[in-house]
Amino acid sequence: MKLLTLNFLTCAIKTCKSSPASFPLHPRDAELEVVEADLNLAFLKNILPRLMWDELRVIASELGLPALPETPPSKADLSIPSPTAPAPATTLQLDPEAIDAPENPPVVESDVEEETPSQTAVDLHRILLETCITEGKLVCGNCGHEYAVKEGVANFLLPGHLV
Amino acid sequence: MAELEVRGEEYEAQHVHSVYEEIASHFSSTRYKPWPIVEHFLKGLPDGAVGADVGCGNGKYLAVNSKVFIVGSDRSTNLVQIAKSHEPHTAIVADNLSLPHPLHSFDFAISIAVVHHLSTPARRVEAVKAILDLLLRPKSNDQPQSGGRALIYVWALEQKDSRRGWDEGHEQDVMVPWVLKGGEKVKKEKGKKRRKDDVPKPNEEERVVPVQEEKTFLRYYHLYKRGELEHDIEEAGGLVVESGYEKDNWWATAVLRGKE
Repeated sequence: MKLLTLNFLTCAIKTCKSSPASFPLHPRDAELEVVEADLNLAFLKNILPRLMWDELRVIASELGLPALPETPPSKADLSIPSPTAPAPATTLQLDPEAIDAPENPPVVESDVEEETPSQTAVDLHRILLETCITEGKLVCGNCGHEYAVKEGVANFLLPGHLV
Repeated sequence: MAELEVRGEEYEAQHVHSVYEEIASHFSSTRYKPWPIVEHFLKGLPDGAVGADVGCGNGKYLAVNSKVFIVGSDRSTNLVQIAKSHEPHTAIVADNLSLPHPLHSFDFAISIAVVHHLSTPARRVEAVKAILDLLLRPKSNDQPQSGGRALIYVWALEQKDSRRGWDEGHEQDVMVPWVLKGGEKVKKEKGKKRRKDDVPKPNEEERVVPVQEEKTFLRYYHLYKRGELEHDIEEAGGLVVESGYEKDNWWATAVLRGKE
């Protein structure tokens, strides 16, 4: 189960949902696994405003992962700024043959919105989408109920008396 | 004729949950083609939209759009084990009346062929409310469509051209068989069934042949009649945006109704 999931999970017990202590659920005895996944920059940018940053920092620290920065990155932090208008002076000095060389892509290419993910984006992707809990428990900070995670699947079925 | 069993949670545990757990693998092998309206709904979402698939089954709708993030949930552990393979999504085991999600935190929610398994009118409305409560609230009361959106599908009573043949006026609460083939059992064949010229050797009186044993499971369904899904959505605090009929099913998209 990807750590991003924890951003959208709370206790299944209805009376806990109104209590701030029920979010986030706290991983306990967790076994982690990193599963590589494709990075989608648009996805990361759009998901950014939805992240409960302080809570994710708590989870990362509870799991012994590298600390997340104190404040969430901005959308702009996630991509490497694309080169602005090309410097004409240097281009003109180039040997005309070099313009056709693959090292010098035509200027039109910069119109295509091909952004490069920054290290910040790569790190965020690693923590949220590639780091998975395979075994362990998720514990409600309000009622203390423990939900088991087995083979990467968290089970939120409640015993009859808690429904 | 008379229904002696009291409908509700226990009833569903026996006539819905345990059945899906048993037929999970075979059921899943028959469920791979997404219904067009659901596919269209999911493909129209912006990258990074976050949603829930309540009653995700084997996760066939988790395979439609890999640029959004869906937390799928199902009551059946066996189905979730199949559903979890769809990247980049997540599948969890949960009851649709006790979902482990913060309220009003999703851009969208789908619940396809699920609500019709709840066995009382109150529980069906509760199931619809649980879906609607996942949705982001609208930005203002006079812009209800600015909030999250749900898509709900239920089986229709009106399907006289289907192989089941139900139609208007028929009983709405039905038990639908699922025939499970396979489950290879080993049967011992007695030597006497052999051909005459097949000389039996000592200690070879029996031979083992696999046979396909059929088992029929019955699942409970409430077949929705025209207008009933819209009614349940209104009752649950939702506002129907669009609704219609597709291939023996009633469907509707809904948003949260703004507070008066």
